Amino acid sequence: MTSAVQTGTPWLRHVPGAFTRALLLALLAFVIFGPLLNLLLWAFAEKWYFPSKLPLEYGFTFWRRVFAPRGNAIGSLGTSVWIALLTVVFSLAVAIPAGYALARLRLPWRGAILLAFLLPQAVPNLPVYVNIAQVFYQIGLAGTVTGVVLVHASHGLVLAVWIASAAFAAVDGSLEEAARNMGASPWTCFRTVTLPLAAPGLMASAIFVFLESLDEFTGTYFVGVPDVTTLPLLMFNASMGGNYQIASITALLLLVPSIGFMLVVERFLKSDVLAMVGR
Amino acid sequence: MSMSTDLAAGIAPVEPESRVRNQARTQRWAGFALITPALTVVALFFVMPLVLSAVGAFRAADGGFTLAHFAKSIDLYTKDIVFTIGIVGLSTLLIAIVAIAIAGYLTLGENPRGVALLRWLYRWPLFIPFVVAGQVMRTFLAKNGLLNHVLIGTGLIEPLSAESMLDWRGIVVAFVWKQAPFVTLLLAGAMASLDRTHVEAARNLGAPRWRVLFGIVLPQVRGTLLVGLVLSFVTMLSVLSVPLMINPNSPTMMTVDVAYRISTLSDYAVANALCLISLLLAAVGAAFYLRHAVQKAEGA
Repeated sequence: MTSAVQTGTPWLRHVPGAFTRALLLALLAFVIFGPLLNLLLWAFAEKWYFPSKLPLEYGFTFWRRVFAPRGNAIGSLGTSVWIALLTVVFSLAVAIPAGYALARLRLPWRGAILLAFLLPQAVPNLPVYVNIAQVFYQIGLAGTVTGVVLVHASHGLVLAVWIASAAFAAVDGSLEEAARNMGASPWTCFRTVTLPLAAPGLMASAIFVFLESLDEFTGTYFVGVPDVTTLPLLMFNASMGGNYQIASITALLLLVPSIGFMLVVERFLKSDVLAMVGR
Repeated sequence: MSMSTDLAAGIAPVEPESRVRNQARTQRWAGFALITPALTVVALFFVMPLVLSAVGAFRAADGGFTLAHFAKSIDLYTKDIVFTIGIVGLSTLLIAIVAIAIAGYLTLGENPRGVALLRWLYRWPLFIPFVVAGQVMRTFLAKNGLLNHVLIGTGLIEPLSAESMLDWRGIVVAFVWKQAPFVTLLLAGAMASLDRTHVEAARNLGAPRWRVLFGIVLPQVRGTLLVGLVLSFVTMLSVLSVPLMINPNSPTMMTVDVAYRISTLSDYAVANALCLISLLLAAVGAAFYLRHAVQKAEGA
C-alpha cells in the first residue's frame, strides 16, 4: 500500500493482487489446518456416521478411556518418554565429545568422519531396522527398552553430532584462548567457557533427539515387538483397528510437542549455528 | 580483555618447535579418543546391519551365493517397485514446486503482512511424525472426510461424485504435506543469506519477480534445494507407516512388502533383496547430488 502512495498509482490497481494473495493464503491455510481440524473433530466425536458432515455428538468418553489409570495410553506415554530420555542421555554422552573434536581439534580424515555421521540420514533405514531386529532377537535385546533405545540413539546420535559440532564451532575461539592464557586447564576452560556458550545449540540437539525418539515408528515396530509399545505404535494399532477416536486422541498427544517445538525452534537454533552445520 | 591478552602474550615463552609437534600429536590422539564412542555406535547399529542386509540378500539357504531372492522379488513385486518409484518421484517433484513457490515468495514478496503470515503458516507440519501425518490424512481424505465436505459445500463437486482419496494420491498428499515444509525451511534460509544487490538491481531494471526468482535467486541456491530433495527422497523411500495406513493393498510401496515378508512369512531373504533394491534407488538419488557437488567443486 505504501508503494501505491509513493508512485501515485490509484489503490484500485492493487485490489486484484491483494485478492489473489488472500485467496492463495486461505487455500494454503486450509491445506495445512484442514487435516489437523479433521483430527480434532475425531478426537471429540462421540458418534459420527457416514452421511453426516459433522459429528453427531461431542464428548469426552474416549478421553476418559484413554486416560483411565489402567488404560494403555498412559503406559505407552510413560514408555515413550522414558525411552526418549534415555536416548537423549546416551546420544549426547557420545555426541558432545565427538562434536567438540570435530569442531576444535585437528583430526585426520575429518571429511570422511563427517560423512560417516551423515550416512544414517542419507540411507534408507528399513534394511537397518530389519537386520538389527534379527540380531537383537538372537542376543535377547528384541522387545526390550534397551534394544529400542540403542536403535533410536544410533539415529539420533547423527543429528546430535552435527548440531553439537556446529554449536562448538560457533563459539568464539579467542574467549577460550583468553581463559587458557590466564591459566585455566583445558577441562576448566571447556566446562566454564566453551560448554556454557554452546549450551543453546546443545539444548536444540537434545530436543531434536528427544522428538525423533518420541515420534519414531519403523524401528520400534521391528525391534520393540511384542513387549515395547510406544505411543506411535499404540496410535497405529488403534487406527488399524478402526478406532478413530482413540487414534486421534493419541495423535493429538504426539502433536503437542511437535508443534510446540516448531514454534520455538528458532530461539534455540540461531542462524550463526545453522550456518556452521556441515562446515 | 585486550590488556589480559597483551599481558599473556608478553609473558608466555616462545614455544619450541618440538613442543608444537608434540601438542599436535596429543591433540590427534585426544580427537580419536573423543570420537571413537560415537563412531562405534554408528558402526555397530548402523553399518553392520546394512552389511548384513547386503549379505542376506545374496545368501542361499545352504550358505552359497544366489540371485534367487532378487529373481523372486522382481517376479512378485515389479509392480510395487514401479509404484514406489512413481510415488516417491512424484512427491519429490511436487515438494520442489511447493518449496520454490513458498521460499520464493518469502524472499521476494513485497507485502510484509503476506510474507509474515506465510512464514508463520507454512511450517506447521515440520516436526509432525509420519505416523501422525498418516492418521491425519486417513480422516481428511476419506470419503466422509473434511476435504469432500468442503468441496461439496463450495459446490466444486457433486455429492455423488465424492470419493475416497485413500490410494496412491493419499500417500503423495501425506508425503508432500509433511516434507515440503522441511525443504522450504532449508531453501528459504539459503535464499535469505544471499547477497541482495543483484536482486535489487534486476528489480530496479524492471524484471518481473518470477524472472528474478528463476534467473538470479534459484541458480544460487540449487545445491541447498538438491540436498533437501535428496534427503526427502531417501526418507520417503523407507517410510512404512504412511503406506500401511493409507494404501496397504497391492499395488503398494516396497516398505509394506518388506514388513509383510518379515512379520507374516519370516522371509528375511526376499525382504533383504527388496531392501537392497530400495538402497539402489536411494543411490540414484544421491548420485544426482554428488554430480552437482562435483560440478560445483570443479567450478570453484
